[in-house]
Amino acid sequence: MMRELAYRLIRVLDAEGRAVGPWAPEISEEALREGLRDMLKVRAYDTRMTMAQRQGKTSFYMQALGEEAIACAFARALRPGDMHFPTYRQQGLLIANGCPVVRLMNQIYSNTEDPLQGRQMPVFYSERDYGYFSISGNLASQYIQAVGWAMAQAMDGKDGLSVGWIGEGATAESDFYSAMLFASTYRPPVILNIVNNQWAISSRESLARGSSPTFAARGVGFGLPALRVDGNDYLAVYAAAKWAAERARAGLGPTAIEFLTYRTGAHSTSDDPSAYRPKNDSEAWPLGDPVDRLKQHLIAQDIWTEERHAQAVAEIDIEIAEAQKQAEKNGTLHDGPHSSPATMFEDVYKEMPLHLRRQRQEAGV
Amino acid sequence: MARMTMIQAIRSAMDVAMARDDNVVVFGEDVGFFGGVFRCTQGLQEKYGKHRCFDTPINESGIVGAAVGMAAYGKRPCVEIQFADYMYPGYDQLVQDAARMRYRSGGQFESPLVVRMPTGGGIFGGVNHSQSPEALFAHVAGLKTVIPSNPYDAKGLLIASIEDEDPVMFLEPKRLYNGPFDGHHDRPVTPWSKHALGEVPEDYYTVPLGKAAIRREGAEVTMLVYGTMVYVAEAAAEEAGVDAEIIDLRTLLPLDMEAIEKSVQKTGRCVIVHEATRTCGYGAELAAIVAENCFYHLESPVVRVTGWDTPYPHAHEWDYFPGPARVGAALKKVMEKA
Ligand SMILES: Cc1ncc(C[n+]2csc(CCOP(=O)(O)OP(=O)(O)O)c2C)c(N)n1
Repeated sequence: MMRELAYRLIRVLDAEGRAVGPWAPEISEEALREGLRDMLKVRAYDTRMTMAQRQGKTSFYMQALGEEAIACAFARALRPGDMHFPTYRQQGLLIANGCPVVRLMNQIYSNTEDPLQGRQMPVFYSERDYGYFSISGNLASQYIQAVGWAMAQAMDGKDGLSVGWIGEGATAESDFYSAMLFASTYRPPVILNIVNNQWAISSRESLARGSSPTFAARGVGFGLPALRVDGNDYLAVYAAAKWAAERARAGLGPTAIEFLTYRTGAHSTSDDPSAYRPKNDSEAWPLGDPVDRLKQHLIAQDIWTEERHAQAVAEIDIEIAEAQKQAEKNGTLHDGPHSSPATMFEDVYKEMPLHLRRQRQEAGV
Repeated sequence: MARMTMIQAIRSAMDVAMARDDNVVVFGEDVGFFGGVFRCTQGLQEKYGKHRCFDTPINESGIVGAAVGMAAYGKRPCVEIQFADYMYPGYDQLVQDAARMRYRSGGQFESPLVVRMPTGGGIFGGVNHSQSPEALFAHVAGLKTVIPSNPYDAKGLLIASIEDEDPVMFLEPKRLYNGPFDGHHDRPVTPWSKHALGEVPEDYYTVPLGKAAIRREGAEVTMLVYGTMVYVAEAAAEEAGVDAEIIDLRTLLPLDMEAIEKSVQKTGRCVIVHEATRTCGYGAELAAIVAENCFYHLESPVVRVTGWDTPYPHAHEWDYFPGPARVGAALKKVMEKA
């Protein structure tokens, strides 16, 4: 029975926006509205930062357009103290966990208030206080690290958990299998999420999936409980996250979850998908848009209206625009100011060795 | 002759090699239908079919490992790693297997394969899209390491690498893909169409591995450089008014030791420049070779100008990049000590 869940699709919202079936979660009206606002905020933030990149205010950006529900709902289903090991496309975790947007923008601009002092490319955040592990450029390495973190928590008898995140394309990396195996062997409190947005730059999901019917089935191969979930269904994501988190906290071990979604935008601002996929491909995606679907649900429940929605969109846009103005006061990538170049030499080692002190002096910074 | 960018020249090399030898196969992440994120393999799948140019899953140990198996069988794989920064998962296959295949099997099996990878910074790639790992290859007995600095060499060296019987690491300075770059990041970009070495034959030719090229003859100081640093060296020598002999190494292994020795014995001074970190970088090897073989000709200590021993930063890219100002200062320093 459990096994089937890796091959079927867990959904809650039906075509009319009703919450139906065994996975319909208990969630308050306020929490639903908050979820919608989280997603709108991510979308507005992404729009503004993509634009800022085009305007030459930074070097690079990656949006989560079309897949906002996954990170937003997942974050709200977990607790403070849990640690996410995300990819570059889970800004929704940060926004839903209350990380101030200005702080994120400071990182995007590599400005004087960038918490990472301009060291990292845009979107490679690190936000320990918001349960967000430092992003690595090399795909998949975070996945096994999430398992290690969970093992450590279990050693200390804590009830916190960790969440590994990975794109379906990156499940091809060997570190993905390391994570599955260690999770299977040690059964620590970890949730292993696979965000299947259909594309890995120009490659279709089938290239990483091979002859297996689903990505969730990878979990089955390792003897892990595995779910396959409609990732554009805020309620289904929320329900699956709650279920997996409760199991982990009860000492029942890891869960693997595949979320189905669609990468509506380009891979990054360096990418032009028109060279490898049809222009209207995203419109053919059968699972719809996560924002539209949650909005429809709220309206169907009489706890939201088109007017309130339009108002929320406008308010959020103003909020993000304000944040952007504030962030730009701290500088942008090409116009500066930035932190002192001397910071380049810091944090390489806990204590700066002699050779680096000499190099810093030579650099004259 | 045709005008080519470095991207077009690299593509042309694979095209020529695939046309001449059915055993040449090309694969890697996004290289098939799309033609690679830097477009170096564009059109090859269409021309040679999906069996000879194809996409792989995102797994670098898989890419290199499959290449080792195919090469042992008798194919000539020329694979792409999307960024040099992402070669590490494939490093085990390269070091433990590809590099030692002939040695450990008593010549029964070989690894004639090429691993292409964009390398270096200057594109705001930050920590994970700017690395220069050439020393990690040059340090491994059994691997060859090639770094071209222009379209003409890129094509000739790549064909020679594909034909070579040893595993060749082919590092492509991504900042040079579309034009030479001398480190003056605030000036307009010069395209390859305006550079003599953007003139590339459309047909077959090779540039042999192990031969350096003298980019500028000079009497006062020898500059040992490769990749992007060739242009930085040219600009620095010009701006500092120093009569430098600029040697573009082109291949780090095999190394053209004779060209180096001859030049340093003539000039008596040596400045080494690379973008990679300094400690145990390739410049350390070069400095040692110069010290061992040219000591009595030296009029001043050998000087290295390199990336600092830190990860490659994003915002402070131009403080990190060894640009013409730093290289010029090094030139003045070796001249003062005369
Ligand atoms: C080890 C490694 N290899 C290759 C890359 C280059 N790369 C960056 S993102 C990407 C595609 C990843 O696709 P997927 O995992 O499906 O995530 P998505 O971008 O769709 O969210 C590739 C190949 C990398 N960053 N790291």
